[in-house]
Amino acid sequence: MDTMFVRGLKRKCFDGEEDIEGTLAGIKAIPSYNLQRQSLLDMSLVKLQLCHMLVEPNLCRSVLIANTVRQIQEEMTQDGTWQMINTQSTGQASLDRLVSTDILCRSSRDQAEGKHVPAYGTFNKDFENDQAQDSSDTMSTASAVQAPRNLQSSVWEMENPQENKGNFQKSLDQIFETLENKSPNSVEDLFSEVDNSYYDLDTMLTGMMSNTKMGHCDSLETFSSSTNTASNSNCKSDLNDLDHIVEILVES
Amino acid sequence: MKMKSVCATYADIISTVEFNHTGELLATGDKGGRVVIFQREPESKNEPYNQGEYNVYSTFQSHEPEFDYLKSLEIEEKINKIKWLPQQNAAHSLLSTNDKTIKLWKITERDKRPEGYNLKDEEGKLKDLSTVTSLQVPVLKPMDLMVEVTPRRIFANGHTYHVNSISVNSDCETYMSADDLRINLWHLAITDRSFNIVDIKPANMEDLTEVITASEFHPHHCNLFVYSSSKGSLRLCDMRASALCDKHSKLYEEPEDPSNRSFFSEIISSVSDVKFSHSGRYMLTRDYLTVKVWDLNMETKPVETYQVHDYLRSKLCSLYENDCIFDKFECAWNGSDSVIMTGAYNNFFRMFDRNTKRDVTLEASRESSKPRAILKPRRVCVGGKRRKDDISVDSLDFTKKILHTAWHPTENIIAIAATNNLYIFQDKVNSEMH
Repeated sequence: MDTMFVRGLKRKCFDGEEDIEGTLAGIKAIPSYNLQRQSLLDMSLVKLQLCHMLVEPNLCRSVLIANTVRQIQEEMTQDGTWQMINTQSTGQASLDRLVSTDILCRSSRDQAEGKHVPAYGTFNKDFENDQAQDSSDTMSTASAVQAPRNLQSSVWEMENPQENKGNFQKSLDQIFETLENKSPNSVEDLFSEVDNSYYDLDTMLTGMMSNTKMGHCDSLETFSSSTNTASNSNCKSDLNDLDHIVEILVES
Repeated sequence: MKMKSVCATYADIISTVEFNHTGELLATGDKGGRVVIFQREPESKNEPYNQGEYNVYSTFQSHEPEFDYLKSLEIEEKINKIKWLPQQNAAHSLLSTNDKTIKLWKITERDKRPEGYNLKDEEGKLKDLSTVTSLQVPVLKPMDLMVEVTPRRIFANGHTYHVNSISVNSDCETYMSADDLRINLWHLAITDRSFNIVDIKPANMEDLTEVITASEFHPHHCNLFVYSSSKGSLRLCDMRASALCDKHSKLYEEPEDPSNRSFFSEIISSVSDVKFSHSGRYMLTRDYLTVKVWDLNMETKPVETYQVHDYLRSKLCSLYENDCIFDKFECAWNGSDSVIMTGAYNNFFRMFDRNTKRDVTLEASRESSKPRAILKPRRVCVGGKRRKDDISVDSLDFTKKILHTAWHPTENIIAIAATNNLYIFQDKVNSEMH
């Protein structure tokens, strides 16, 4: 099970002991509940978006994931952590976000002490300045902030895809066209506007997927690998655009 | 229970397994849209070791892949469920369904053919009448057994969402099909109409938080059926009460244990399968970590709960990440409703004896079960003392999952689908659990 979680990241034993590596790394110490919760939220959003693109989504799975997202959002709203704040951006790679989420598997009783740890500054408002690879968090968070309801409707609204059009900026008409064509090239163009680091997250998460959906996620990875030129220059994309791209991806 | 094995293999992943009402036939459906039917060999005194084995009886292509042009999406040919109709004449009939279309297949045997026609020759060509000098009566002569399968009905266009269950009514005239949001009632002879009896689609899809996961007719009361949801509830509905059974007659729901609450609580409470007991008095449900027995007369909580693999409770996040947490395991009763069975990971399956409260973990794999060998109980260790042959939780293979299992209606014979292999185990010694 240890190898199932994140490729390459040593899984920390969560029994209160810090190993030497953790101490030396400093930042890589036992992750807080909030960080793990954020990681779960990111993972959930990626799950919702990825497998909707090429094949009809499993409605039950989508509903369960969306409910999980909503639960996290509700809790974060109550906590007061559901806001965009400036972080002391540590330049952590997004890889670090996917830390052991052991704590999330515990019951609420076990988590009592975990909850008192202050929030980790997991949000990065200043997206354009973010040269590090953790912009993926911001992007997925932003989309969640912007439209929790839209997310749900776009997740499984197979019958009225045009309903949410009113929310989109005019620049998105071209994105709609792209999607309607559904040819590999146009989808690739779509992805080229998106920060490539997003797909690092994707690669890590889907690397372990063993069910049939892997086939579709694989083809997604080939798209991302061919747009390597995107890189950091695309950090300058407007946050809203990415937001809406995410929503469209979910819709289709 | 001492189980010995008889197994078969084929190329595609098995997606459903079902015995017919006598247990003589066993049908399997696979991801490629094929149905394979096995028939039990009659027991013979000459070869006592070969008695009761299942051999391939018929294979046919039930569903083909389709393309939905409106949504630009493929419709998988994977067979989601097979249900046998009670046998009413020499022919056997079954319903098979993929995500969208249900088909009624008729299986007939031909072991004689008429010979000696007056107007046709042996090849069926018309005879030259001038050569016919006398009349003869055609005679039936034996021939090699031929099993013919024909599609008798195709029930299409009844579902917008993916069909997850079908169930034949005890009246033998109607059946129901359930998708994520709706349940339809069909008459077996009518394909252009179906009657919608449950609809949980919200007016605004943004408000959707719950879907139908499984459904089944009561084995004796033709007006009663149950359906389960992704929130872990069961609803028993009476078709006599109203035309649209959106309001349940009874709601079976166990209150959540607040001390065990996590972000994954709802997901693991989602019911993946529901089965009435043969007696009709109980229902069996499977959620991610447990199987539960419910008494129809008690809605507040199950009467029995059995842990299938509680050692996974601390691994839920990893299982969420790799999607295993969404695996839909089925469950089964034995003929006397005294033992229940369900699958797990690592090709393990579990049996629980409701009377003795004993349980056992067995493995379905070529390595551990040569034909006619006795199955050895397995154990998963979670730390602490580890015995020889124990498997640790961390070395479980999560790609080897036993989702589909079936129990012979009267005897201790079980069929286990392990990915693309079918295992059939029989108990010849005795029926006590060890």
